[in-house]
Amino acid sequence: MAFTTEQLTIMDSIIARYPKSRSAIMPLLHYVQSIDGYVTSTGIEIIAEKLELATAEVTAVSTFYTQYKPEPVGEYHVGVCTNTLCAVMGGDAIFAAVKEHLGIENDGVTADGKVSLEHIECNAACDYAPVVMVNWEFYDNQTVESVKSLVDGARNGNPPAPTRGPKTLRTWKENSAVLAGLSDGLAGEGVSAGEPSKLGLKISRGN
Amino acid sequence: MTKLTPVLSAHWDEADSFTIGAYKRHGGYGAVVKALEMEPDAVIQLVKDSGLRGRGGAGFPTGMKWGFIPQGDNKDHYLVVNADESEPGTCKDMPLLMANPHVLIEGIIIASYAIRAGYAFIYIRGEVTHVVRRLQAAIAEAYAAGHLGKNIQGKGYDLELVLHVGAGAYICGEETALLDSLEGFRGQPRLRPPFPAIAGLYAKPTVVNNVESISSVPSIINNGADWFSAMGTEKSKGYTLYSLSGHVANPGQFEAPLGITLRELLELAGGIRPGHQLKFWTPGGSSTPIFTAEHLDVALDYEGVSAAGSMLGTKALQVFDETTCIVRAVLRWTEFYKHESCGKCTPCREGTWWLVQILRDLEAGIGTAADLDKLLDVVDNIMGRSFCALADGAASPIISSLKYFREEYMQHLTTGGCPFDPVASTVFATAGSR
Repeated sequence: MAFTTEQLTIMDSIIARYPKSRSAIMPLLHYVQSIDGYVTSTGIEIIAEKLELATAEVTAVSTFYTQYKPEPVGEYHVGVCTNTLCAVMGGDAIFAAVKEHLGIENDGVTADGKVSLEHIECNAACDYAPVVMVNWEFYDNQTVESVKSLVDGARNGNPPAPTRGPKTLRTWKENSAVLAGLSDGLAGEGVSAGEPSKLGLKISRGN
Repeated sequence: MTKLTPVLSAHWDEADSFTIGAYKRHGGYGAVVKALEMEPDAVIQLVKDSGLRGRGGAGFPTGMKWGFIPQGDNKDHYLVVNADESEPGTCKDMPLLMANPHVLIEGIIIASYAIRAGYAFIYIRGEVTHVVRRLQAAIAEAYAAGHLGKNIQGKGYDLELVLHVGAGAYICGEETALLDSLEGFRGQPRLRPPFPAIAGLYAKPTVVNNVESISSVPSIINNGADWFSAMGTEKSKGYTLYSLSGHVANPGQFEAPLGITLRELLELAGGIRPGHQLKFWTPGGSSTPIFTAEHLDVALDYEGVSAAGSMLGTKALQVFDETTCIVRAVLRWTEFYKHESCGKCTPCREGTWWLVQILRDLEAGIGTAADLDKLLDVVDNIMGRSFCALADGAASPIISSLKYFREEYMQHLTTGGCPFDPVASTVFATAGSR
């Protein structure tokens, strides 16, 4: 589907952030995902045209990075950390249970298009292990049961709020727009820091 | 007992700590005023005098890095902040940026002024939406308050700051891959020389610094080089964030002077989880050779860890107790390196793939004793044979685990499988969730 004039103007504003236009390729790919949900051929063509590149050059970049999806993902994209520390702390058990619960494999999407699943690498929240991300929002200290209820909520359109994030979980497309650099005005929501982040501070205050 | 020294984390327990109002309430943006009244070279000298070294893993002196930027060359200069934080176990920069983004922005203004950059970038990993929001909002607040843009605080200095969001590639934490990625290419490391200080972003002189390094700068400007260098050890000055994770009673972030030991940190974290004992740990992420209980008293500074055979890295202390299978842990890290190898250099691309195949067999108990030597042989053929250090990182857990736990690898072969129960390692092992 062709992009609207307004969307094309936003793309120009993204390009204008950089001293050299090609640097805008990554935010533009995030932006395409915010409209189409994944990296569509239309999106690739428009980026190529805007940046005066061959479509092959844009595709080469898009396929290098795992956050750019070549196929549609769910409205709620669930990532279970199975890097060593989270895996050992329960990530492996969570990933196995959620696959079974949803009846999908790694990189799969539920038939209703609501939830997709992938195992992810370390997401910089190891003191909150096991960690699960949904649309790249933090769900800390998860268990098999909590993640089952998380994905059930997502399928019913009523997912729980992230542990450290906005009050309401936004959709994959909405969050992709944030990653493209477009503010959704939700920065003020959520905690400053979770308890583990504040542990050293708390102990030092007690000293 | 080493005392904790919260500086960057000093106000993370305030509900609005991430706002410009909270930051200014505690004296924020005062260091910029001070720095802009100094000569840029004097700022570089002050940072050199403080002894601040890079907090992203390599420990290179920050002021010296700034001093490498040629001056009077009539070229654009760039500052690029590495917020890609993806080294397994590393979890300090994301909470820092979520709770206190303005300290990074203030550090960026000072560092950019010192190296005479008119453009600065923050390259943040893409899998952290809320951290991105906090930084976006903080940058907008800083522009609105006149700390960024034209004629900053009326001092005649101009600086543009752009937040650039990555898209899921560990390799982009390597500084030259990061620069390629920021230029709009696949994130693959460059051959050095030339180093970024001579030909970095857009082939112009560029400083690439870690989030924590730059965030440490305002406190140095405010309190002086002597204040900073009074903390820490002889060659590892100042305070830093230590991140404790895994099988400890209370994991979390601890800001302390360099040189604290794991024994001291464990005491603060309530020890190993009840009923269990320390088996192995990483001092600074998965790319740093593992340690065991015999290293509890190693001073966690650059020299101390290095002398004991590992690296301080990112001070990401991942702690594992006796329920954890070393082969499983190492396999999982190796799968990570294989997945994240960018494919540019053949030894790394092919070597990490073979390491995974061998380790999978070993974990399943279907390998042979000769496979252990084969592991080391493959490792020999990838270390130091690639453009960047990813392959060296992949070698670390393998070499160090074989050094301390060769018997456990053998045990998999003699019993024909993994002798460990993975359920026993989980946090919900006793909670009945499974």
